[in-house]
Amino acid sequence: MNLTKNISSVCDRLKGELMKEGVFLTTLTQLYNWGRRSSVWPLQFGLACCAIEMIAAACARFDIARFGSELFRASPRQADLMIISGTVTKKMAPAVVRLYNQMPEPKYLITMGACAIAGGPFIDGYNVLRGIDRYLPVDVHLPGCPPRPEALLYGLMELQKKIDSQTIEGAEWYRKGLKREFPVPELGPYGLVPKYNPEVWQPRAQDSRKQKYGLPILTGKKDKAPELETAPAA
Amino acid sequence: MPLLAEEVKSRIETAEPGIAMKVFRNSILLEKPEDLLRAAAFLKSAPDFRMDYLASVTAVDYLKYLESVYHLYSIEKKTGPVVLRVRVPRKDPRIPSLVGLYRGAELQERENYDLFGIVYEGHPDLRRLFLWETFEGHPLRKDYVQEDSEVLEAADIEWLDRHGISSPKEVRQHALELRKQGKRAVAEKDGKEGA
Amino acid sequence: MHRTSVRDRNEIDTQTLEINFGPQHPSTHGVFRMHVVLDGETIVSLKPVFGYLHRNHEQIAENITYLASMPYTDRLDYLNAMTNNFGYALAVEKLASIEVPERAQYLRVIMAELTRLVNHMALIGFLLNDLGAFFTPVLYAFREREKILDLFEEISGSRMMCNYFRFGGVKRDVSDGQLAEIQKLVEAFPRFLDEFEALLAKNEILCMRCQNVGVLSPALAVNASLTGPVLRASGVSYDLRKVDRYSLYDRFDFRIPLGAKGDTYDRYYVRVLEMHESVKILRQALRGLPAGDTMNKKMLPFLKAPRNFKPPVGDAYGRIESPKGELGYYVVSDGSPQPWRYHVRAPSLINVTVLEDLCVGHKIADAIIILGSIDIVLGEVDR
Repeated sequence: MNLTKNISSVCDRLKGELMKEGVFLTTLTQLYNWGRRSSVWPLQFGLACCAIEMIAAACARFDIARFGSELFRASPRQADLMIISGTVTKKMAPAVVRLYNQMPEPKYLITMGACAIAGGPFIDGYNVLRGIDRYLPVDVHLPGCPPRPEALLYGLMELQKKIDSQTIEGAEWYRKGLKREFPVPELGPYGLVPKYNPEVWQPRAQDSRKQKYGLPILTGKKDKAPELETAPAA
Repeated sequence: MPLLAEEVKSRIETAEPGIAMKVFRNSILLEKPEDLLRAAAFLKSAPDFRMDYLASVTAVDYLKYLESVYHLYSIEKKTGPVVLRVRVPRKDPRIPSLVGLYRGAELQERENYDLFGIVYEGHPDLRRLFLWETFEGHPLRKDYVQEDSEVLEAADIEWLDRHGISSPKEVRQHALELRKQGKRAVAEKDGKEGA
Repeated sequence: MHRTSVRDRNEIDTQTLEINFGPQHPSTHGVFRMHVVLDGETIVSLKPVFGYLHRNHEQIAENITYLASMPYTDRLDYLNAMTNNFGYALAVEKLASIEVPERAQYLRVIMAELTRLVNHMALIGFLLNDLGAFFTPVLYAFREREKILDLFEEISGSRMMCNYFRFGGVKRDVSDGQLAEIQKLVEAFPRFLDEFEALLAKNEILCMRCQNVGVLSPALAVNASLTGPVLRASGVSYDLRKVDRYSLYDRFDFRIPLGAKGDTYDRYYVRVLEMHESVKILRQALRGLPAGDTMNKKMLPFLKAPRNFKPPVGDAYGRIESPKGELGYYVVSDGSPQPWRYHVRAPSLINVTVLEDLCVGHKIADAIIILGSIDIVLGEVDR
């Protein structure tokens, strides 16, 4: 079946005028997105500190219910949005990727806090993944350590903007042959195998952190151990 | 109320002869690791010590040897701490486990086994606590070398190929070169001080 | 006690079932994982699996300066940043023999007790959440928590990760207006507690679910190095605020609430009573707060240049009564700006030791509330 592309449009001013007269005009895409945007159900999935702020956002004061996202689902099968709230460790990363794979389309992902974005303060740890974007595509990055609940609400509003910009014709989850299932990394002898998924993320050519601050890992650089026996008593 | 290590030492010597000990920084160093069980059992049962609470078990890497530090307190008498130290060589470190006396040592000894590689003999369930079983090395030892998480290695490339994921040419070549030279991609270290 | 063994009634042959709880599960309080073997709904064995939030706090601390570890301690037990700071400050002050001015000591006690209120409230909220009272108690608890967090934000600059303590004092002084705010909050708090208690303490469902579930004997509690409210719920009187009398706790008049049976209900109720005692301490501390410095003058230059702070060679173990139990820091210095070894004795981790003993023989639904009543925070369990 061949469909002609829907290019007809009514200008916003006319729409406004009509609305005053009680005529409500909309497009299918708008209606579709309005429904999706107003009921983004997050996965009930707390990783670390940011999860507490996520709970605070769900409580009375910040009240995420105003945005239609109060329904935290414990099962990934019923969730639209995954909020990675906290440090993703290497041991946890396979579980996170698997959970994302289990979510039905259309699905979105918010990284909440510095740790989920790039490892945050814990970036130098041997068991800390430097950002979940190495394995999964991220829709909204939300910096902060931890971000305030207001920031989470702002992130949600940004996500709603993104949802509004999508169209039924252009929606990637209806496209054929699109890879939306991401391979789950394995636990290797020193960390994860692979270290990142090159189709999703690749390291920057210039590591500005190295240039600015030098290499912060010092373990093994000290070659003289303290001798407590001979030290003067406190 | 702190206890004086010298006093504790002399009490252990009279009750359990043959334990070689040294006192410094108000703590007792047991020269032979196998004496640990005897000393701890005495401190736990002796009526004027009653060290029934093992607060903390931890390990330190002193480059020449590994040291396990025990902090004992008494809940009954509200005294403490008695600090016991045990030193073992870095190669094949073995210390008798205190789990039989104090259940509280269970997870802490597993933690030290995981991060320092100290084997606590007699522990009922000595597995890695935080890291997974296939992990190699003990990361809190001072000579642990961390992987460089920006550079792919040959194992990663093989995995990607198996899963049908393409990888850039240069990355692929670099990984193969590393394998040829028999090297791992490790995080570099320099002498500069951290922030 | 209705702890019947499954093995005794073998009229019906049943197969055991192995299930995996977590790491993503709504009632494991984070990324905790349990490997459970069930016979019907009765737990036969339960093995916790750790490490899903192992953030290498200890390794990182050995690579940075002493002061730079302070914000990391906030993230250990992310519900009680202030008490984590307290323990670490105490350990380093012991290591380097630093005096703390009196006003700073008072402020430390005030912050620590406010944190205790925050923690216990959140715990009660989550515990009831696990019981099936979905989210309503959390709403109440977080309403009060927000008031305290607002104060923390005003005083320290951050809601959750306060980073307020410094070696030899506290970061910033508290103004009279802020003190009045704290006073107001402390005066209003008992009313909230009474309201909460009227709703819960005699609630039939709560009593039936919690009483006689997960009974912990005092002998096992001591042997397994349990500390904090979990230990005291079993009737063992051991509170570091009374035993060590660190900081200024010997100046305040307060009691240590003890449980009678050591079941889940006692663990819940001891915390309610502890909040009343905290309010008492807060009142006394606010009344007695002297004027003066909030930082040791000798330590002021190290705030700007933390790399110059080099404690003498040696080791120190500092411990405090955090809301979860004994929080200890073992620090070894080699005379350089970075510690040679830095270890955290985490109460959450060690309190989990007895989880299997408490759960075996109970139903699967009880395991969740027993875990909830032990009160773990994964940031501290795994570090």
